[in-house]
Amino acid sequence: MSEKVLMKGNEAIGEAAIRSGCRHFFGYPITPQTELSAYMAKKMPKIGGVFLQAESEVAAINMVYGAAGAGARAMTSSSSPGISLKSEGISYIAGADLPCVIVDIVRGGPGLGGIQPAQSDYFQVTKGGGHGDYHLIVYAPNSVQEIVSLTADAFNKSEEYRVPAMILGDGTLGQMMEPVDFDSVPEPITTNKDWATTGTGLKREHNIINSLYLSPEALEKTIIERQKRYDIIKEKEQRYEAHDIEDADIVVTAYGTTSRVVESAVKTLREEGLKVGVIRPITLWPFPVKVFAEAANTAKAFLSVEMSMGQMVEDVKIAVNGKAPVYFFGRTGGIIPTPQEIIEEVRKIAGGLK
Amino acid sequence: MTDNIIITGFGGQGILFAGKILAYTALVKGKKLSWLPSYGPEMRGGAANCHVIVSDEPVGSPIIITPNILISMNKPSLDKFENDVVPGGTIIYDKTLIDREIKRDDVKVVAVDATGIAAREAKANMANMIMLGALLKSTGIFTLEEIRAGVEKAVPPTKKDLIDYNMKLIERGYNL
Repeated sequence: MSEKVLMKGNEAIGEAAIRSGCRHFFGYPITPQTELSAYMAKKMPKIGGVFLQAESEVAAINMVYGAAGAGARAMTSSSSPGISLKSEGISYIAGADLPCVIVDIVRGGPGLGGIQPAQSDYFQVTKGGGHGDYHLIVYAPNSVQEIVSLTADAFNKSEEYRVPAMILGDGTLGQMMEPVDFDSVPEPITTNKDWATTGTGLKREHNIINSLYLSPEALEKTIIERQKRYDIIKEKEQRYEAHDIEDADIVVTAYGTTSRVVESAVKTLREEGLKVGVIRPITLWPFPVKVFAEAANTAKAFLSVEMSMGQMVEDVKIAVNGKAPVYFFGRTGGIIPTPQEIIEEVRKIAGGLK
Repeated sequence: MTDNIIITGFGGQGILFAGKILAYTALVKGKKLSWLPSYGPEMRGGAANCHVIVSDEPVGSPIIITPNILISMNKPSLDKFENDVVPGGTIIYDKTLIDREIKRDDVKVVAVDATGIAAREAKANMANMIMLGALLKSTGIFTLEEIRAGVEKAVPPTKKDLIDYNMKLIERGYNL
């Protein structure tokens, strides 16, 4: 095993992307993700890669569209308001069935909002953002080490399914340093990119990268074909971490930074003798519905803790499907819930169960 | 065993760098750790703080609500964090810059003339190293030898001559 180093989450995304074969990065600065762009600016020229600071977020995502269309592993990154600007381009990339990785280090919104950590863009990243019937594969790491493996997975899965993937972090995860090694980075997969616009050499028909279909029949056909891929992803790519759910009365769920606060709270609650389990979604889309459905057979209540006014809680309710009450606790606007607040919420729910 | 350390002061005092040295020292020692800076429209003179957790167990939340060690290098930050320190914890403060007593009587208090000594013997902005020395002495969190390994990692390779310079001031703070 190689020696561990200390890295910020933002920098770890950059290094993991490079090790995953990403040689095209198009960025535009915004707090709290700027260290990622800065890392790429420093590293890419040294390894024959492209770092380009675009004139805007809209330009950056369209450069990703172009590079991905030519078959390159491409990445862009931003934070909430910047992702709103990129959403048109993301929809086009999804409509053109191109792989790429988009990083969103979320800050408080709406509007310019604030620059402190938030999770209030869950709806945006899992249920649209841009227009049309499309999805991104959304990974939500909760440590710097997990950022590394999920960044590599994002490139591979995006390419396997020809669906854009997203790394969803928040200001805390982007800014914090933890020990990290790059031993676990999976090898970049290679796929037959016979769709890429790499020049015909006068030996084949032109490849066309496009998302415009003026015939409704033709458009519906592409959407249905894409939906079949989404169905496979929903079946095969649900990822989560769970513990103590078998005998849990209350299952607490959270992702990203909030899940770390939840772990601190649950440790105390279990020491008090409360039967509390944890489900941490690692993929937000596809949402890990299976583990929730199974836990709902025995758990008496669920609690979703988020840095939002309640977004993921809707997916938890769908997955639990009325078998148990689903509660919500959240702080927002850049405020991180404290372990004590979560402990009190769980105690309140536990009191009501008796 | 877990140490929840908050280091606070103003931008330019090397608050984040002091935290980085502790984080690297923990790394070399094989401890679990996290380092979380405050971030925002920061500038020289503005508020700065960082949260460093050093533990034998995996770190849960990287955000410290109740530190057991507070290193405070200016008055506004002491005012802000003094009451958060757990009973029995330690407050180490720079008495050159903080002209008041600690109000708590249930914590260990270490007053260090850090900026004064640093200004007289080196540079005022090296007071952070004096504070680290005082931290080691008063809490025993790391030995001088251990922190040297952290300093060697935290100092960029292009500035290797600063390793001994930093260590000299850490030792100065330790031997006060």
